[in-house]
Amino acid sequence: MTATADTVQKKPLTFEEEVIAATPSEARLKICIQCGSCGGSCPSGADMDHSPRTIFAMVKAGMRDEVLKSNTQWYCVSCYYCMVRCPQEIHITDIMYTLKRMAIQAGKYDAHVRDAPEFSETFIDYVKKYGRSFELGLASRYHLAHHPLDMPKMAPMGLGMWRKGRMDLAFSRKPIKGIDQLNKILAKAEEIGGLT
Amino acid sequence: MKFGYYPGCSLEKNAIAYKQSTMAVIKPFEVELDEIDDWNCCGATEYIAINLVGAYSLVARNLALAAQQSATWEKQNGKFQMVAPCSACYLNLGKAETYLEETPKLMEVVNVALAEGNMHYTPGSLQVRHLLDIVVNDIGYENIAAKVTKPLKGLRIAPYYGCLIVRPGFQAVFDDPEYPTSLDKLMKTLGATVVDFPLKASCCGGHMTQISRTVALEMIYRLVRNAADYNADVIVTLCPMCQLNLDAYQGDANKQFGTDLKIPVLYFTQLMGLAFGIPPEQLGLGKEFVDARPALSKIGVDIPEEPPKKKRPSKEELPMPRMTQEG
Repeated sequence: MTATADTVQKKPLTFEEEVIAATPSEARLKICIQCGSCGGSCPSGADMDHSPRTIFAMVKAGMRDEVLKSNTQWYCVSCYYCMVRCPQEIHITDIMYTLKRMAIQAGKYDAHVRDAPEFSETFIDYVKKYGRSFELGLASRYHLAHHPLDMPKMAPMGLGMWRKGRMDLAFSRKPIKGIDQLNKILAKAEEIGGLT
Repeated sequence: MKFGYYPGCSLEKNAIAYKQSTMAVIKPFEVELDEIDDWNCCGATEYIAINLVGAYSLVARNLALAAQQSATWEKQNGKFQMVAPCSACYLNLGKAETYLEETPKLMEVVNVALAEGNMHYTPGSLQVRHLLDIVVNDIGYENIAAKVTKPLKGLRIAPYYGCLIVRPGFQAVFDDPEYPTSLDKLMKTLGATVVDFPLKASCCGGHMTQISRTVALEMIYRLVRNAADYNADVIVTLCPMCQLNLDAYQGDANKQFGTDLKIPVLYFTQLMGLAFGIPPEQLGLGKEFVDARPALSKIGVDIPEEPPKKKRPSKEELPMPRMTQEG
């Protein structure tokens, strides 16, 4: 670490600086001009508590709790429309991921968006078990826990997937050769966690 | 031409039709796909939401394995070329390669994690490309046209790109991020009629079906409706996630909106195969939820019914040898 980095560390970071520091590459968030191209381009924007533009203004204003509680980041579908349209070339999608991680760390997501982080967790649990994703396990375990009443709706599709040879059953799954190696890597990686 | 090949989890099972048809259509060309040994999941859009270093380390293991294997791969612009047929894998691999190079601090901590598995990665030698890019730019429209024996004459196709193949373009930008045309041209090369499809680069909703069903079904409905408005017979896709969402959830979207849309969703490689005269059963046709038979009968393609599966013995009966009817 350089002396400059040490000096910066001494002064507490603003919420906006924290978001930038936790985002890989160059977030460019500070140069947002509040034009709203992002929200106007967003396919799920209508369902968000706050548009991406508003969220960025709230980040700048230091409204940590309100930002991290918002459903905005969880309704981001990672389609990168905003990112290619942003005149300031802000890495919006990456910032949305940063806000997801910060919300999980702070335990600040409300019940109505709880499904999203838990779906992600279940997905990754299977990746750690097999090295690859496992659709049947993912769909059944996640739905049993979160949407048990939807199970009858999901079942015909699951059965269809299996009958069409598009889904593996648990007993036919084998982990990758390097599964232990992968788990050692991921254990260390998760311990490090982030850039800050 | 030998390319590094990262199939991704979907192609192993859910998108097996994409894999079968890809292998069938590259055969006539001098393209070799060298699968990365013991690759792992790219993390989709899930790991990055939980743990940054975890997500990049998961992808970096793939990149490190690829780099070890890359010496004999096609080299362009000073980089070894590797291909991913799934848009999400393509995005994640290319993005990690770019961001790990741009963010030394991230590369440093990822290497600390990789060291636990006796691995190390130095970014900069790989270029990750999508299968469509390889097909239209490395194989090329002319060579493809030369192999067309059964043109898809009269078939109205809505070319659906989805988002990640054209946006944001970390490594290999080969088409417009908002109004791409390479798939349109490919379908025209195969003899099909390409319909205007304004939502061709809009998002299918990704994992939204699992998180907010109503939001997801609306996104899916919008796309299928748009293709229907332009009288498309088939939606053609290049991503397993898009295929799954538009195909398997089309019925649910119909229920939510009180409609009866029935547009089959096929992979571009399946249509290439049909135009090359490859039998449908070698192209994974028949695995789709929305039946493609009525649409494909327009071009004289007949998909054989799948042979009925053997009935399982009833649990109430013991597995006793049985006399045959005749005997």
